[in-house]
Parts: sequence; structure tokens; C-alpha cells
Amino acid sequence: MIRFENVTKVYARGARPALDQVSLEIERGEFVFLVGTSGSGKSTFLHLVMREERPTAGKVFVAGRDLSLLSTWKVPHLRRQIGAVFQDFRLLPNKTVFENVAFALQVIGKPRHHIMTTVPDVLEMVGLAGMEKRRPHELSGGEQQRVAIARAFVNRPSILLADEPTGNLDPTTSLGIMRLLDRINRTGTTVVMATHDDEIVDQMRKRVIELSTGEMVRDQSRGVYGSGR
Amino acid sequence: MRLQFILSEIGLGLRRNLSMTISVILVTFVSLTFVGAAALLQQQISQMKDDWYGKVEVSVFLCPRGSELPTCAAGEATAEQIDAVQAELDSPELEPYIQTVYFESKDEAFASFQEKLSDQPWAKAVTADDMNSSYRVKLADPEKYQVVADVLAGRPGVEEVLDQRRIFDSLFLVLNRATLLSVGLATVMLLAAVLLITTTIRLSALSRRRETGIMRLVGASNLFIQLPFMLEGAIAATIGAGLAVGGLWLGVRYLVTDWLGSSVTFVDYIDTSNVWTIAPILVAVAIVLAAISSVVTLSRYTKV
Repeated sequence: MIRFENVTKVYARGARPALDQVSLEIERGEFVFLVGTSGSGKSTFLHLVMREERPTAGKVFVAGRDLSLLSTWKVPHLRRQIGAVFQDFRLLPNKTVFENVAFALQVIGKPRHHIMTTVPDVLEMVGLAGMEKRRPHELSGGEQQRVAIARAFVNRPSILLADEPTGNLDPTTSLGIMRLLDRINRTGTTVVMATHDDEIVDQMRKRVIELSTGEMVRDQSRGVYGSGR
Repeated sequence: MRLQFILSEIGLGLRRNLSMTISVILVTFVSLTFVGAAALLQQQISQMKDDWYGKVEVSVFLCPRGSELPTCAAGEATAEQIDAVQAELDSPELEPYIQTVYFESKDEAFASFQEKLSDQPWAKAVTADDMNSSYRVKLADPEKYQVVADVLAGRPGVEEVLDQRRIFDSLFLVLNRATLLSVGLATVMLLAAVLLITTTIRLSALSRRRETGIMRLVGASNLFIQLPFMLEGAIAATIGAGLAVGGLWLGVRYLVTDWLGSSVTFVDYIDTSNVWTIAPILVAVAIVLAAISSVVTLSRYTKV
């Protein structure tokens, strides 16, 4: 589903590479943790998958397509197959829960009847049934992240990228979010989650890819957060 | 869904930046009013040319008694000299340029003089002998004045060849200068309009960075993201153009038709129908302005 072939990314000329000769493959339906300290290259990895950045060298394949050959005007179509969730939720404060999720469908031109049936379904799935009319500031952090997940998943993407989705949440709430991501993974969606949260990684026992200063230092199925601990 | 969504986004954007929207409307209004005024002035000039040049004649004034001009040093034009001028006018050389020729004798000139100016106190002292007899030549093409002038000017017995169009020259000069002034002001204002629309779109894009960020994230197309901003600029500019058309219409209706039309009656004025003919041009200019501004701004601020 996602394949990196000797990918190097250098942001500023002469600087240390954010990713250095990384090669890896993530299969359809996998759940992968991307771990490493800040600056290890986790976010760069996700940006390359979204094609928000282009590699300095090497090739990135997403959903069978070579992103270096993908023309700019086709990038939106790539992104429709990728859902993304962030630490800071990125909800629109002046829109309700329903509108926030519907927004993702409206802006890609989905018809109204499709939106009216899909959005309640996905809200129910993430456990927010009955909260459609709330606004983000009336919700807890965990609930806001559920809205963000609903928005990322509402178009049924084949890949869900999560950049430290539990970074702002307490352990109990984080666990709920992880259960939700696990459920999404069980629907066949590939999930890649960058995280610092060792407890979660240790509990979930999924594939772990560890990056350190841009290099891949570990790729372990059913791994834990820190190999040395 | 799409259209409705885009429309609601536009409405939101226009209201959120209301003061900027109003300033865009006003600046395009003023600049396009100048553009329109220049266009209307030119239409007025060409209309007057059409009207007056068709009526004017070339006057070949023959020497009167006691003329002090060097061309008439030999005294009053003799009958032979007058016949020679007549022959010249009928010659194959000039004939194609001339529509009609009319000879105005001294007595006729005097009669017409008295009719027009007899109430002036100094007119009493004037007699028929003070008048010029003249040939009044109506040209087939008024622009070909110089041909006739070249042949007849300086001939014995001819005092002066006068193109009546000369009388209008200074008026047209003033109107053309006014057009230039108007175009100059319009250019400055249009530049201001472009900069202001650019700034407005930029502000609008920045104030909705969160929205556009999410749009990009979920895979909205570039056009979809940029269209609301483009249309915002275009709508504001078009409203400005509409106001300019309205302003020009009122100006022509009340200043030209009602006021000038009743006080200076010898001119054939433009009317409000001329405003409608330039209205599409003004709207098109507004839309082009907005389009240029959007393209310049959006390529920088809402990149994929």
C-alpha cells in the first residue's frame, strides 16, 4: 500500500537529512506504529505519503502509484484515498460536529443525499451519535479527536495517517482513541500512526517502525516502543 | 450541493471582510467611472464630428474693398478674378472633391449679417461694401480640405480660404485633453483597484487558512479551493462596475441631457443609450481586473 525506495529528504541545502535512505513497505490493511524522538523524521514520512513534500531522492509509492510521476492536478485524488488525523485535531471552530465531518465531503463535491446518510453513520461509528449539533469548544479533547477521525474516515480512505493523535489526551481517553483506530483498521484500512506514547505501543503489539535522526533503525512486527527498555 | 456550498462560502467571505469588500467596490466604482467618462467623451466627440463636419463648408473669401491683407494688395477682387476662381472650382482637378459650390455676394453676406447681428450698436456703421463676397464650398469629404486650400489660397483676388472645421479645433482639443486626463486618472485608480483586490483576496485567504488547509487535506481540487476567492473579487468588482454604470447613467441623464441639453442647445449630445453601449465594456474590465488579481494572489496563497 505504501512503499519507500531509498527515500531521502533534505529540507535545506547542506542540512542533515530529515529522512536518510529509508526503504520499507507497508501492506494493505496493516497497522503500523512509527516511533522515534522529535526530529527523527516521523512527520516527514507522513508528509511524503500525503505528497505535501517530495523526496530529494528515492521513490514513494502510495496505493500503487509512483508519486514522483503524479501530476500536481491529480494530487487531490490521491488525498481522497488518505485520511489524516493530527495531535491538534484541526476542527473548524465555527462549524458543528456534523458540519465539520460533512465539510470533508462537500469540498470534494459529494451530493447532498450522500452526505446526509454517510455522516450520521460515521458519527455513530466513532461514538458521537447525538452530538451532531455541538461545536468543537463544547467537546472534550477525546471527543474532538473522534470528530477529526470521523472526518478523516468519512470518505472511506484506504489509508489513515495519524500524527500523534493521542499527544494531547490523557491515558484513558487515548485508549478509547486507539480502540477506535483499531476498529477502523479492522475494516481493511491501512493505519500508520506516528507516536511518542510508549504505553500504547506496548499494549497494542502491532508492527513498529523506529526512526532515529532520519534513519530506520528498527522494523519489528508485534513490537514494543523502546527496544532497549 | 457544490454550487450551494461555493455560494455560501462566497457569502461568508464577503461578509467576513465587509470593509475590504466595500473598499474594493468603491475603488472599482471610481476607476471605472473615469474609464466610462473617457469613453463617453470620445463618443461625444465623434458624434459632434459626424454632425458638424457634415454641415461645415470651406469658405473662399474674395478680396473686399480696402482689405489690409497682403494677398489683397491689388484691391477688390475683379470680375475676371472671380471667374477664374469659379473656373478653378469647376476644373477636373478639384471637381471630384467638391459636392456643391455656392456663391455668396456682398449683398447676401450683408443681409445675413444684419439678420444675425443688427441689434449690436456697432452694426449700423457697416455697409454692404464692407462685406466679403465668397464661395461657399461643401466638400464631398470634409477631411480633404487641404487640397482645396492648396489650389485656391494665394490666388489673385482670394483673401483667405477658411475651413470652418478650424472653429471646432479648440473645442475638440479641450475635449481630447479631458479624455486624456480621465484616462490618466482611470489608470491610477485601476492600479489602486488591482492592488486593493489583491490585498482583499490575500486577507480573505489568510483568514480562511484553516478551512483551505482542511480542504487540501481531504483532497479538494485546486479550483474548488480557489473559486470562492476568485468569485469574491469578481463579485465585488462587478458591483463596482454596476455602480459606475449607474453613476454615468445619472450623469448623462441629469447633467448632459437635462442641463447641458437645455442650456447649450446647438450640440447633439450623447444620451443614456451610449451609457448602455459602454456598460458591458466596464463590466468586462472589472472582471478582468479581478481575474488578474486572483491569479496573481492565489497561486501564492493557496498552493497544493
